[in-house]
Amino acid sequence: MNHLQFSLQQTPSLADIPALAADTFHNELVDMIKSGRLVLAYFCIPASDGAGELFAILAGENDLCALRSEPLKEFESTARECPQTQLFEREIHENHGILPRNHPWLKAVRITPDAPGKTHDADYGFYRIQGAQTHEVGVGPIHAGIIEPGHFRFQCYGENVLNLEIALGYQHRGIEKMLMRLPAFDSINQQRLRLVECIAGDASVAYATAQCTVWEKMAGITQLPPLIQRVRRIGLELERLACHCGDLGAIAGDTGFLPTSSWNGRIRGDFLNLTASLCGNRFGRGYICPGGVSHYPGPAECQDLLGRLAASGRDAIGSCNAMFASASVRDRMAGTGALSRQQALELGLVGVAARACGVEWDARFQFPLSYLPSYGSRIRIARDGDVLARAHVRFEELEDSLNLVKMDLQWLAENPGEDKKGPANIDLQPDMVGVGLVESWRGVVCHVSITGADGNLAACKFVDPSFHNWIGLAMAMRNGQISDFPLCNKSFNLSYCGHDL
Amino acid sequence: MFLPKERLRQKYRTLNWPVQQPRLSPLYMGKPALRKVNCGACSECIAVCPAGALLRDPLAPDQTPTLDMGRCIFCGACAAACPQNAIAFGNNYHIAAKGREDLLVNPAEAEDVSGQSGDQATPILKKSGIFGRSFKLRQVSAGGCNACEADCNVLGTLVYDLGRFGVEFTASPRHADAIVLSGPITRQMYPALLEAWQSVPEPRVLVAVGTCAISGGLFRPGEDCMGGVDGCLTQKPEVAELNFIPSIYIPGCPPNPWSILEGLLMARHCR
Repeated sequence: MNHLQFSLQQTPSLADIPALAADTFHNELVDMIKSGRLVLAYFCIPASDGAGELFAILAGENDLCALRSEPLKEFESTARECPQTQLFEREIHENHGILPRNHPWLKAVRITPDAPGKTHDADYGFYRIQGAQTHEVGVGPIHAGIIEPGHFRFQCYGENVLNLEIALGYQHRGIEKMLMRLPAFDSINQQRLRLVECIAGDASVAYATAQCTVWEKMAGITQLPPLIQRVRRIGLELERLACHCGDLGAIAGDTGFLPTSSWNGRIRGDFLNLTASLCGNRFGRGYICPGGVSHYPGPAECQDLLGRLAASGRDAIGSCNAMFASASVRDRMAGTGALSRQQALELGLVGVAARACGVEWDARFQFPLSYLPSYGSRIRIARDGDVLARAHVRFEELEDSLNLVKMDLQWLAENPGEDKKGPANIDLQPDMVGVGLVESWRGVVCHVSITGADGNLAACKFVDPSFHNWIGLAMAMRNGQISDFPLCNKSFNLSYCGHDL
Repeated sequence: MFLPKERLRQKYRTLNWPVQQPRLSPLYMGKPALRKVNCGACSECIAVCPAGALLRDPLAPDQTPTLDMGRCIFCGACAAACPQNAIAFGNNYHIAAKGREDLLVNPAEAEDVSGQSGDQATPILKKSGIFGRSFKLRQVSAGGCNACEADCNVLGTLVYDLGRFGVEFTASPRHADAIVLSGPITRQMYPALLEAWQSVPEPRVLVAVGTCAISGGLFRPGEDCMGGVDGCLTQKPEVAELNFIPSIYIPGCPPNPWSILEGLLMARHCR
């Protein structure tokens, strides 16, 4: 066996994963991707004298695969055969100086075109189309709305976009470097968990869940009481409700359909306030703690929350139906920013963007965090891969989430628990590989922690769904119009800081 | 007929703030208060704080520390850890301050801090001053995690309706009177941020939203961030000449939208 197959519940030891020679690793990785596996994480564990071991986690239907190489200083790139690895290999090169030979597009990942020490754009080498009637449009890093920074270059022929290149890194806060300096588990001040919650502030609960499940597995806690699982699921689904609702409103706003835009903006706040009722913070900071949750709602609280959820849910569904009932809105969305299923699979897209192309991949169902019933919710897919398909997937998931939160709150109202936090201390076992997978509203969040022989962290990696999906947005814009960009962008709604870390 | 019917069903939602006050979650952590006690050898609160927000005079180690809201992420760990219950976070969202030193919460002589929630400041609604009737803002995120940005964005929605105060977010800094800054200011965003600041015509106002923008928050030790405006002013003293100093500080991680709204209204009267 050249790789190790394991389930999400298992924490294998690093020694169980065979260290492959560079070319065996290459062939194995290509074979696994060609057989339909998705690369969740692909990074480098630094070894001595500038070398590093390549390490990859891939997802199959319901199982995970880990792949590891011997320490090396350069390797043959897989990106020509498997486009989904291109950004991972660029990241390995940028962070560790390990060269992927023959990489088709070995550019910066998080070093911006105008970073200190760079001459503006010349070093960055933007892809350019030249010709008498072509022109280039540059946007950002600061955009027109209230949004994070990033730079976009459009190569246009008239109004038609031939290519869009996205240059990110403006949000790079060095979060992984900071996390490597912190203890693997800080029992006293929880600095690590607080930082992880800020990787992408609109998916705090998903990130905290990913971190905490890895800690719990590494400490040997495999099953949490149903009470905790329910409260955690409520947090994740409320996050999904708020964001899907806000995104549908933003899509409506960019088609010029203002009623839904205004209503959804308000309803999104109602969902955030439900999260605030459970933990004090609208974005779920402090909601999840190692081994538990920060607060269990009592029966009276659950009744109050159920009433507010039902009212907000009715408003959200009415508002979205008004949008979908408008022929002009549907016409604007249909066919805009379309990707094929083939493209989504090759690029390794995740989350709503992939499901809208017909890719049946949702970590909630393939890699469930618990054995709780799913109450009829399932993987929601669409076929056309355009803005309309992404809007439909979001709407169907919003309906599912409403039902899930309702059922969980009803269960909690009948099965109250005493208000206490989870275990305060967690003893991490040495020499382990912990993988956390959580389907955030944007797509799958993957966290890998590897402990060394001394129990300290040897490697720690977070992969945001946006890391997989930014290239999808760039491809969706091909042969579209510049005016389609805001609409496409909102339908993907990717994170800048999650990508830039 | 579908749309008018839906419009009626969605009702009128704007809160007549500040006459009516919002109903915040009972768990919401607002403005903290500290009670003067003899701490002895105890430093529990300082040990549990993930952001280094509790400052103790090294010459008087048994005195109650001062809490710097400009560093605090409002997680409440210190309040839970204090064996003498000398720290409490109330339900008070009136948290925006005009000076950096106003963010320091000094321990007070008081019987009990657990029930404090009063101190309802009256928001400034007068329309005097050059920005009193029209105040245009340009939001710049410099490493913000999208939580502060989202809570600025939400002010445009029906509940808050920022426009009724004559305040609006614009697309260009050249059309703006103020920069609303969020995030710990990443090194790679610093040049663009300064360019945006210098594009705002004078007189201009800087509003720092969120703990990151004020001091760097959790990212203060990170070498890829400047450590908010605090860090910019120490590392790049030349920015002080550009008057890159906040007129209003709105602490929080992220601040509640009502705190941001109040801070923005206060900012209208800074020039």
